[in-house]
Amino acid sequence: MTQDPNADAQVAPTEVGANAAESGERQLTPEASDAYASHEVPGDRPHSVAELGHAASRLDPDAPAVLTVDNLKMYFPVRSSGVVRRTIGHVQAVDGISFEVPKGGSLGLVGESGCGKSTTGRLITRLYKPTGGSMMFEGNDLAKLSNKEMKPLRRDVQMIFQDPYTSLNPRHTVGTIVGAPLEVHKIVPKNQVLSRVQELLEVVGLNPEHYNRYPNEFSGGQRQRIGIARALTLNPKVLVADEPVSALDVSIQAQVVNLLQDIQREFDVAFLFIAHDLAIVRHFCPEIAVMYLGKIVEIGDRETIYSRPHHPYTQALLSAVPDVKQAAVGGRRERIRLEGDVPSPINPPSGCRFRTRCQFAQEICAKVEPPLLQIGKRHKVACHFAGELGAHPATPVTTELLGVDDQGSPVPGATPSNTQLTIPGYEKTWYDLHTKQTTGV
Amino acid sequence: MTSVPMTQSSMSEGSASEGPLLVVEDLKVTFPTEDGPVTAVSGLSYSVERGKTLGIVGESGSGKSVSSMAVMGLHDAKSAQISGSIRVGGTELVGLNESKMRALRGNSMAMIFQDALAALHPFYKIGKQLEEAYLVHHSSASKRDARRKAIEMLDRVGIPQPDRRVDDYPHQFSGGMRQRAMIAMGLINDPALLIADEPTTALDVTVQAQILDLLQDLQREFNSAVIIITHDLGVIAEMADDVLVMYAGRCVEYGTVKQILTAPEMPYTWGLLSSVPDVLASTDARLIPIPGNPPSLLRPPSGCSFHPRCVHSDKVPGDLCSTELPPLLPASVGAAHLRRCHLADPSAVYQSEVLPEIAPDLVEETR
Repeated sequence: MTQDPNADAQVAPTEVGANAAESGERQLTPEASDAYASHEVPGDRPHSVAELGHAASRLDPDAPAVLTVDNLKMYFPVRSSGVVRRTIGHVQAVDGISFEVPKGGSLGLVGESGCGKSTTGRLITRLYKPTGGSMMFEGNDLAKLSNKEMKPLRRDVQMIFQDPYTSLNPRHTVGTIVGAPLEVHKIVPKNQVLSRVQELLEVVGLNPEHYNRYPNEFSGGQRQRIGIARALTLNPKVLVADEPVSALDVSIQAQVVNLLQDIQREFDVAFLFIAHDLAIVRHFCPEIAVMYLGKIVEIGDRETIYSRPHHPYTQALLSAVPDVKQAAVGGRRERIRLEGDVPSPINPPSGCRFRTRCQFAQEICAKVEPPLLQIGKRHKVACHFAGELGAHPATPVTTELLGVDDQGSPVPGATPSNTQLTIPGYEKTWYDLHTKQTTGV
Repeated sequence: MTSVPMTQSSMSEGSASEGPLLVVEDLKVTFPTEDGPVTAVSGLSYSVERGKTLGIVGESGSGKSVSSMAVMGLHDAKSAQISGSIRVGGTELVGLNESKMRALRGNSMAMIFQDALAALHPFYKIGKQLEEAYLVHHSSASKRDARRKAIEMLDRVGIPQPDRRVDDYPHQFSGGMRQRAMIAMGLINDPALLIADEPTTALDVTVQAQILDLLQDLQREFNSAVIIITHDLGVIAEMADDVLVMYAGRCVEYGTVKQILTAPEMPYTWGLLSSVPDVLASTDARLIPIPGNPPSLLRPPSGCSFHPRCVHSDKVPGDLCSTELPPLLPASVGAAHLRRCHLADPSAVYQSEVLPEIAPDLVEETR
């Protein structure tokens, strides 16, 4: 178990399910009225508020990586109209991203719509075949495998989808939906499928007797639980959760997030958690990567990203989140306004992709792309002027490493540092922004 | 990208001399269905002054949209039974005939919808849709005036090159621009009352911040009364002056934004606050969901409609919670703060039990 050691916060999944009261009700049917009429939360009533709560997930710095993504790229061709559909360009949805997902841990992927975070999730589950790069999982490069070779590995990498209304087949019963992976992969004999399905339904807090009901008979939160049960059917080692709670009501979101935390503890599953809600990601993921226009601009542990972000985009993103605590002060929080829209990924800006909206952008930003430079123990940032809010340096910090001058032109005779700048994990040593030297622990 | 200090308390400079612009009293909306009547809203009362913002919070099905659609007169008179009173600028809207309603709708009151792509007509140019909204209420205006007005409004809401973009179709706009176009359409006739139903829910945070800034700027300029419907308490905290918390068709808590978000006195509001993580809070804060699901309005729970999901009902003597609907009474502090709960001293429960779990850092501060 790599997560929260708070023993009192740990609630067994089944108990959560019972508390969640999601087991009994059925809508728009005669039984439904009965279930509603009783208005009882099945199972033990929670006795204190705390019993229901889960604190944020904790980071285990020593966990080995279960998935290593290196320089992953996905270009979608843009074709001209007409009979001969020539390729006239590429949407660079994901353009060279590298990260590691720790075993049993979770990495959060945040960014605005169109930044490539969902594409990344779909690449890892191999719903798309990447244009380039590698995705190492237990000695296999998922990026290179054929669909046939991929099939046995699909057990280990599963996905939870955003919209529980469209991701479940309305004509299949819950039993068929959750049991399908078992039959496809021939894990258990046919006569045992049902018992495994019921077990899974119980794990996600649904009534196991409801296996022969249809998705339309469940509420949004319950449907998302079905989607989670389906993803868990094959005991995956990596779960890609693409906006798993954004389609749900606020009060239900917390139930599902807590369920995912329980599942992570129970089964030691690693999560790639994709969401645009920065607060949910902060709660669920001890480590977070911020994406902008197909690139990771900043990656680091929760503490660093949320308290000491060094990239101007991360700073703008965080300042834009409305804050409940503002009620005590009144008015709006001071925020960094980003002008305009995200540029087109078909023809992204040269150099740094964020420069068109960045208040610190200078000549070098248009000429040289900033490398994703490790500047702390668990902190990497891709910015020539990386610094804490209000303390961005006046001169680029990357010139010596890249062998360029302050305007971004190559310095004759200078040799760019050989440091591998885009390795997926973290190095033992890093580049200190203040001393401009490589330092270590 | 520029830092803009937004410390000033948003929209307090309104002229409130002539009393509230919108007064809703004892509103009840019932829809007959095959399974029996569904009372989507009952006993709802609130008021909004010009220049002020009311935030309505609640889950889906809590009646927040139904009540605002009643204000706009968007319910089918054949299927919805509306009782109570809705007065806009002194005009009673309940029972008003359709032609009179149509003269008011879009003119003295307007609505911004959540999904701009669905709310804008995909076959018509943005400009045409704006012009139509203008011409309906300005029959003497020429087409050229209407077009000029449309371009002016697009410019006002921050669409770049409005004279060119006016001839675009909705699909050619980005999500944020579509929402801006919707706001332009809502404001084209300078309405005194603007209802924004989840105006930023489908948008990214950076775009959301832009839209909220825009709404505040425009409200200040036109001195309109705004109702903002959302489930995002952060948006409420930054935008609203007053807050109405709805649950199962009823108002369960009503007060100023400070009262509701810093000293809430109703377990459902506590649940909402505890089930939403905060980007700035301590990571020791727990995420505590509200157990169960929102109730069916077809057969609402007896007594307090929140009692099946309430973890504090055992503190109330007897089975009062399940038998008797708590009245909307003034809270322990502040007469303007109303809450619907049987708990004898909810603020003590909040301070001792709820706050330490959801915001451990705040408890330290208050000690």
